Amino acid sequence: MNNQPTTWFKAAPVSAFPENGGACVKYNDKQIAVFHFKQLDKWYATDNECPHKHQMALSRGMIGDQQGHPKVACPFHKKTFSLETGLNLQGEDYCINVYPVKIEDGFVFIGI
Amino acid sequence: MTQPLKVVVVGNGMVGYKFCEKLLTKVGGGLFSITVIGEEPRPAYDRVHLSAYFSGTSVEELTMAPASWYAEHGIQLLTGECVVKIDPAAHYVQTHTGLQIPYDKLVLATGSGAFVPSVPGVEKEGVFVYRTIEDLDAIIGYSKGATRAAVIGGGLLGLEAAKATLDLGLETHVVEFAPRLMPRQLDAAGAGMLKRKMEALGIQIHLNKNTSHFDGGAAVARLSFADGTSLEVDMVVISAGIRPRDELAKQAGLAVGPRGGIMVNDELQTSDTDIYAIGECALHKGMIYGLVAPGYEMAEVVAKNLTILSSNGETTIVPSLGERGLFKAFDMSTKLKLIGVDVASFGEPFCEQTPHDTIIVEDKLKGIYKRLNVTTDGKYLLGGILVGEAENYNMLLQTVKNRLVLPPNPEDLVLPARKGDGASAGAGIADLPDEASICSCENITKGAICQAIEEHNLPDVAAIKKCTKAGTGCGGCVPMLSDLLTETLKKQGKVVKKVLCEHFDYSRQEMYHLIQTSGTRTYDEVVAKFGKGCGCEVCKPAVASMLASIYNDVIAKQAVIQDTNDRFMANIQRGGTYSVVPRVPGGEITPEQLIALGTVAKKYDLYCKITGGQRVDLFGARVEQLPFIWEELLEVGFESGHAYGKSLRTVKSCVGSTWCRFGVQDAVGFAIRVENRYKGIRSPHKLKSAVSGCTRECAEAQSKDFGIIATEKGWNLYVCGNGGIKPQHALLLASDLDDETCLKYIDRFLMFYIKTAEPLQRTATWFNKLEGGMEYLRDVIINDSLGIAAELEQELQYLVDTYHDEWRVAVETPEIRARFSHFVNVEEPDPTLEFVEMRGQKRPADW
Ligand SMILES: Cc1cc2nc3c(=O)[nH]c(=O)nc-3n(C[C@H](O)[C@H](O)[C@H](O)COP(=O)(O)OP(=O)(O)OC[C@H]3O[C@@H](n4cnc5c(N)ncnc54)[C@H](O)[C@@H]3O)c2cc1C
Ligand code: SF4
Ligand code: SF4
Ligand code: FES
Repeated sequence: MNNQPTTWFKAAPVSAFPENGGACVKYNDKQIAVFHFKQLDKWYATDNECPHKHQMALSRGMIGDQQGHPKVACPFHKKTFSLETGLNLQGEDYCINVYPVKIEDGFVFIGI
Repeated sequence: MTQPLKVVVVGNGMVGYKFCEKLLTKVGGGLFSITVIGEEPRPAYDRVHLSAYFSGTSVEELTMAPASWYAEHGIQLLTGECVVKIDPAAHYVQTHTGLQIPYDKLVLATGSGAFVPSVPGVEKEGVFVYRTIEDLDAIIGYSKGATRAAVIGGGLLGLEAAKATLDLGLETHVVEFAPRLMPRQLDAAGAGMLKRKMEALGIQIHLNKNTSHFDGGAAVARLSFADGTSLEVDMVVISAGIRPRDELAKQAGLAVGPRGGIMVNDELQTSDTDIYAIGECALHKGMIYGLVAPGYEMAEVVAKNLTILSSNGETTIVPSLGERGLFKAFDMSTKLKLIGVDVASFGEPFCEQTPHDTIIVEDKLKGIYKRLNVTTDGKYLLGGILVGEAENYNMLLQTVKNRLVLPPNPEDLVLPARKGDGASAGAGIADLPDEASICSCENITKGAICQAIEEHNLPDVAAIKKCTKAGTGCGGCVPMLSDLLTETLKKQGKVVKKVLCEHFDYSRQEMYHLIQTSGTRTYDEVVAKFGKGCGCEVCKPAVASMLASIYNDVIAKQAVIQDTNDRFMANIQRGGTYSVVPRVPGGEITPEQLIALGTVAKKYDLYCKITGGQRVDLFGARVEQLPFIWEELLEVGFESGHAYGKSLRTVKSCVGSTWCRFGVQDAVGFAIRVENRYKGIRSPHKLKSAVSGCTRECAEAQSKDFGIIATEKGWNLYVCGNGGIKPQHALLLASDLDDETCLKYIDRFLMFYIKTAEPLQRTATWFNKLEGGMEYLRDVIINDSLGIAAELEQELQYLVDTYHDEWRVAVETPEIRARFSHFVNVEEPDPTLEFVEMRGQKRPADW
C-alpha cells in the first residue's frame, strides 16, 4: 500500500462510473478498478487484476461489505478482497494493491 | 533471562512446518531462536493435496504458510538450501552453499523420497516420480507429447498418480508387483472390487507384474516384465513406495534402520540426544509412518518436550506444562481421496493376530464391498475395509478408536439404510464421548470443537477450521465438523434458519413475500427496508433474481447488482472475454440463420461450438464487441438465449412425428411453444427442459427440470430431474395431458418453485427437501390443495406478457449500450487478452 501518493492521476468524470459498482481505468500500462459506494459516499481504487488466476476482472465484480468492511468479489471464483487493505478476506495468501481516491471538480483522481 | 535455545530444523515439509507452528503456540517467541532449512525452492506446502494442483489449485493455495509468516514469527527460513553435513560434536550443520549454522537442538524433518527401484533403463527420459510440485510440473510438461502412461505401483499414491495421468488425457496403466491393488490396506475381495472400479474409470490394471527393464532410446518406450510380457508406453510414473531421507543422519553417524529410517526412541530422540527426527524420515519401533497425522503428532511431542526443557534448564518436570510427551504407536487408517472411487481401511483391516468375526457385505452390481472385523462377543469393532462406498468411514473409525459398544445388529452399520426405518442405525455423532478425536491430523477432540462453537459463536465450518484448525490437514473430518455444528446449535436451541447472508435476516421465501407485498422495486430500496449494510455478492444477485421474477423489469437497469454474466448479458470465460448464445427454440434453425451465425463469427473472430442444448456458442467476444455482435444477430431474428442467466436455457427436442418413424406427437412444435412461453423468466437457478416425440426419449427429457414425453394420447410431464454433479431422474407428475393442461401444470410448477426455493437451488435439490415429496407436489399442482393455483398461473402469465428481449433493449438504449467497454477513460480493448491457435480456431492462453 502506498500512503504518500506521488501523483494524482485524473481518471475520468464522476459520471463515467456506475453507482454502487465498479469500472476500470487505464493509467499508462496499469489497469485500475474504481468502486463507488453511493450511500456512504466512498470511493476506492485497486488493481484491476485478480491475483488468483490473474484475470483483469475486479472492476466487474460485485461490491459490498463484510461486517461493515468494504469489499469486492472477483467475478471469476468469488474470491473477496478488502477495499481498504487489499487483503484476501477468505484468509488466503494473496492480496491486491489499493490506491487513494479523491474527487475534485467532478473528476475522480487516483493517487499512484 | 537465559540465552534462547537455538533450534535448527532440517526440512521444511509438512511436518517441519507443523513443528514450528506448534513450538510457537506452546510459549510464543522468546524462548527459542528457530532456523528452518529446506531444500525445496518454496516454503512448505500441502503435499497431501498435491494432486489438486492438476485441477488448478495454485501453489499459493497449497502453501501451508507464506514466507512472511516465518518472518513475522521470528523464524529464519532458508529455502533452496540443502543441508549436507551435521557435526554432532561441534553442534552445527552445513549447507551445500557452505553456510554453517550452530544449534543446541537439531530436528530432522527430512521426510522421504520416492523409492526408485534400480531397474535397468530407469534413468530414461519420460520416467518420473510423484512427490513435489516440480515433479508435477515435469509430468504436466511431458504429458503434452505423450499418449500412454504407466504408473508403477498400485498402492495409495500410485492410484492417485494414475487418476492424475488419466485426467491429463493419457491412456493410463497401473502396474503392480503384488497380486492385488493396495495390498497393505485391502484384502483380496476388496482389492478385486477396487480393480473393477478403477477399470470402469478407464484405468487398466496389470497385477503380478515385475518390471525387469525400461526399453527405448533416450526416452522410455516400453516396459518389459519378468514374465516375458511387455507394455508399450511413452511415459512412466514410479510410485513404488517411499525411502526415508536418512542420508544426512548416516553421514553424522546416527543409528539408522537396516531398511532405512532414522531410529528414534519414544521421545523421538535419535542416537544423539540433542538430535530429534520427526515425520516420514523417523523410524519408531520398526515403523515408518507414511502419513501426515502421525508426523504431526511427532511434531507435537518434540515441541512439547523442548518447551519443558528450555523453560526449565534440564530434566525436571514443570507441573503446569504437564509430563514430557511420548510418541505412541499410531493409527494407520486411511481413506483414499480419489474422486469417483471411495476406498477406506481403518483400525485393524486384516485382524491377522486378533480373534474376531467378520461381517461382509458385497454388492457386485453396485461395486460395493464392506468388511467389518468385530470382537467374538460382537461388542466392539476392531477395524474394517470399505470399497465403493465409504460414507460411514469417519463414524466407524471413531467407533473403533473410542471403543464404542456396537448396536445389537452391527451389520446395520454397513447395510444400506432400510426404508421406513427412521433413525439411522448405529452410533451417531452425539454418542461420541467428548474425548473422541475428530480431527486426527491436528488431534482435536469433539469436546474442544463443540466448546469452540459455543464460546465463539462459530457460524460455519470455515469458522471452525479457522478457530480450531480442525479439518485443515487431510480434510477427512470436514463432514463431521458440519454434523457437530448442527448438533451443537440444535442443543443450544438455535433454529438453524437459512438466511440469505449477513445483510438479510430472512430466508429467500420470506424475502420474496416481503418484496412482493411491499412493492419495493430496486435493490437499494430492499436493503434499506429489510436489510442492513451495503450488501454483498450473495444477496445482490439473489435479490436481483427475485425482483426479476416478480416485476420482470429490464435487468440492465440495475446492472451492478447482477452477477457478471447478467451484468454484461453474456458468459464470462477464462481470460475475461465473453461467449454469446442466441436462442434457437427447440433447436430448429433456418439456413439463413446458420449463415448469419457463421458470418458474425468470422467477422469478430469467434470460436464456435455446438452446445449440449442444441444451440451455437460463439466464444471470445470482447466486452465492447457484444452490442455490435448482437446488433447483427437481432437483424436476422435471433433473440437472447439467456445462457448467462438463472433462467430457462433450451427446450431440447427430437424431431418427433414430423420426421421420425416412431414419433407419436410433434415434439419440435411443442418444444418451440414451451420455449417461447418460458423464455426470459428469472428463477432461483437455471432451468432446462426437453420434449421427446415418443417413449424412446431421444431428447433426454427425464434429466431436465421439466421434461415432456409424448404418448399416444398426449404428453407425460416429468419434473425435478437433473444432470450435472448429482444426476437425478425426473419424476412423473401427470400423464396423457393435452397441450393446454400440460402448460397449465408447468406454469404452476415453475411459479411454485420460483417462490419457495433457496437461492441457487435447482429444482431437483428443491424437490429433495420438499416435505411430502411427489404426493405433496402433485396435490399442490394438480389438486390445488393450497388454493394458490390461480394465483400462480396469474403471476406466471404476467411474466409471459411482459417478456422483452433484453439484448434488443440494450442495443437500442444508448445509456445501457455505453456500459459495454473495458475502460471508462479510453476507448481501447483490454490489452492483456491473449489467444492461441487450436485446431484452426482460437482459444484463450492458459492461466
Ligand atoms: C501425492 C501424495 C499424496 C499423499 N496423500 C496422503 C494422504 O492422503 N494422507 C496422508 O496422511 N498422507 C499422504 N501423503 C504423505 C504425506 O504427504 C507425508 O506423510 C508428509 O508430507 C510427510 O511430511 P514430512 O515433513 O515428514 O516430509 P516431506 O513433506 O517430504 O518434507 C520433507 C522436506 O525436507 C526436505 N529435505 C530433505 N532432506 C533435506 C536436506 N538435507 N536439507 C534440506 N531439506 C531437506 C525435502 O526436500 C522436503 O521438502 C501423500 C504424499 C504424496 C506425495
Ligand atoms: S424420442 Fe421417439 S420420436 Fe423422438 S427421435 Fe426418438 S424415437 Fe423418434
Ligand atoms: S463441466 Fe461445465 S463448469 Fe465444468 S468445464 Fe465443462 S462447462 Fe465448465
Ligand atoms: S481469478 Fe479472481 S477469483 Fe479466480
